[in-house]
Amino acid sequence: MTKAPSITSYTALRNNKIVSDGLVVCKKSEVSASDFLLHAYEALELNYPKFYKMDHLSKAGFLAAEVLLREKGWSEKYRPEEIGIVFSCANSSLDTDLRYAETVADIPSPALFVYTLPNILIGEITIRNRVKGESACFVFDTFDASFQTGYINTLFGSGRVKACISGWADFYEDKAEAFFYLAELIDNKTNPIHDSNNTSKIYSELWKN
Amino acid sequence: MEELIATLKKQIVEQLNLQHIKPEDIGDDQPLFVEGLGLDSIDALELIVLLQQHYGIKLANPSDGPAIFHSVRTFAEYILAHRTK
Amino acid sequence: MQVFVAGKGVITAIGNNVAENLQSFYEGRSGISDITILRTNYAGKLPAGEIKFSNAALAAMAGLEGTVSRTGLFSMIAAREALQDAQIPEPGKWRIGFLSANTVGGMDITENIFKAFHEDHTKADLSEVEQHDTGAITDIVAAQLGIKDFVTTISTACSSSANSIMLGARLIKNNLLDIALAGGTDALSRFTLNGFNSLMILDDKPCTPYNETRKGLNLGEGAGYIVLVSERVAKTLPKKVMASLSGYANANDAFHQTASSPEGKGNYLAMTGALAMTGLRHEAIGYINVHGTGTNNNDLSESIAMERIFGIAPPKFSSTKTFTGHTLGACGGVEAVYSLLAMEHQIIPPHLRWTAQMKEVPFKPVTELMTGVEINHAMSNSFGFGGNCSSLIFSKVN
Repeated sequence: MTKAPSITSYTALRNNKIVSDGLVVCKKSEVSASDFLLHAYEALELNYPKFYKMDHLSKAGFLAAEVLLREKGWSEKYRPEEIGIVFSCANSSLDTDLRYAETVADIPSPALFVYTLPNILIGEITIRNRVKGESACFVFDTFDASFQTGYINTLFGSGRVKACISGWADFYEDKAEAFFYLAELIDNKTNPIHDSNNTSKIYSELWKN
Repeated sequence: MEELIATLKKQIVEQLNLQHIKPEDIGDDQPLFVEGLGLDSIDALELIVLLQQHYGIKLANPSDGPAIFHSVRTFAEYILAHRTK
Repeated sequence: MQVFVAGKGVITAIGNNVAENLQSFYEGRSGISDITILRTNYAGKLPAGEIKFSNAALAAMAGLEGTVSRTGLFSMIAAREALQDAQIPEPGKWRIGFLSANTVGGMDITENIFKAFHEDHTKADLSEVEQHDTGAITDIVAAQLGIKDFVTTISTACSSSANSIMLGARLIKNNLLDIALAGGTDALSRFTLNGFNSLMILDDKPCTPYNETRKGLNLGEGAGYIVLVSERVAKTLPKKVMASLSGYANANDAFHQTASSPEGKGNYLAMTGALAMTGLRHEAIGYINVHGTGTNNNDLSESIAMERIFGIAPPKFSSTKTFTGHTLGACGGVEAVYSLLAMEHQIIPPHLRWTAQMKEVPFKPVTELMTGVEINHAMSNSFGFGGNCSSLIFSKVN
């Protein structure tokens, strides 16, 4: 049997709720999105104090990636450079850009400035999970399953990666969103093939909630 | 001095988003970086901002940071010697 | 399947086009100077590789009307030069993509109205903020150039435009495009100047990368693009194709949000990945245009990674940021153009202001212009915040 890129796991963070592989892992209504991110960090007992220093976009993406990747033993299956990460967003680092711009009038904040790039989120996830393969970050109005699956399958085809964290994360005006899934090159029997149809099906299913 | 040390601990926790640490849990002589509180280079830059914002001290050379920010006590001593506000 | 380079275009503080940039290398003329165009309190205090033309003069050069961000103006000027240089006989016949990188978007315009807007929300003309996001800049230029088949923007900090060149090559190899106009652009802004200053990594004198005594980087601005074409397109060109993009790789350093790992793990993976793709031995590389920003951290990590790959006698290398400053999202495109120029004109652009040997490595950059140097393969490094590391390798086509 030949190996095919397949979707092996997925997680979504939206409307103050985190869902992973169909199960609700964390939920808290009636708080702001930024407070929910803090709540989820504590509820998931992540013990990673650097989390507090991240900007909202990184917090949202980081939490989704944590839930996606924890306890799967996947990182033992691959060398760090065999794992890639491809992510996209709509509002880039705008939330942080504004907060940083507020500080420029007084004393510019270095800790805010470092988060004025959306790909810092990739940095946070790779540092935490020791991922050293190819990474990319795109900006789209909405999650584009066709582009993202095509791009990642090209990476698989080039032999550059054997597994890829793929995702969407966005934070603006106190609205947090993240959708992350793991695509792996495996002898597939049961998992959905990593293509545009399956990815958008999973995504729209999660976004119904 | 004691009062400044207590204030400084609160300001450090707030400036650096150390939400997992209570100010009173930071030892006066505990190293702040790497093996102590685990602060990094960006935190050092934020402490330079703290110096300027609250005490009117402008640090021109970031390489002076490690000695000044070694512990809350060395930090406080530096402020007492150099503060303009 | 090979991907060929058919054209190139560039604008930086050392020239408005490829010929002027090349001439500056011959003359050893640096573009680092006091800031006079950007309105900032740091004028006269922090030097930069600023392009000494007003927006009005640039707009005239670019042939664009109305208020356009400097980021867009640079992009238009350099992208158009690259396309014209390629002399593609019937461009309408092919699928053409525009892949442009930038990190600041229309920030220069936004911050000019930000203060007024902040004080009174009814006072500012918000139509200009439409150019704020990075993608808008790309769209303006794509529309002006009439490119519609594929248009995208990449923003991965300082490796952005190296990554847009990589993506362009892949789209051609996968038969999704025939021609890719790829590179990037960035303009100086108070946003980035203050930000880098808050990180305390700006030198208040012209920067001195790879010196033991280096104190940081100078920011710069500009744009650089190359035209990548498939074999089929290459055959139709009226002039001989000089180079191919033979190798590229991107890796993540996974160490810190903004700092490189001390051993330059990501740098190492990017350079070895690109080499592996070419199938060349490391001795084949004749020139490396290093990332060489002038920060303590970058130059140390990059040189340690180079030593690990190339040994104690690496290929001839220089940092052209000593001429242009660090053009951020544009530097991968700008320096791809310089690597191609080095090969084509058999020169090593000099690394200016080098005086003090780094103590961690035994080698040093090429400090005087070298001519008559046969370079068959040139490498260009671009490493960015977020741990994003990319290397490109260009090879001479005989």
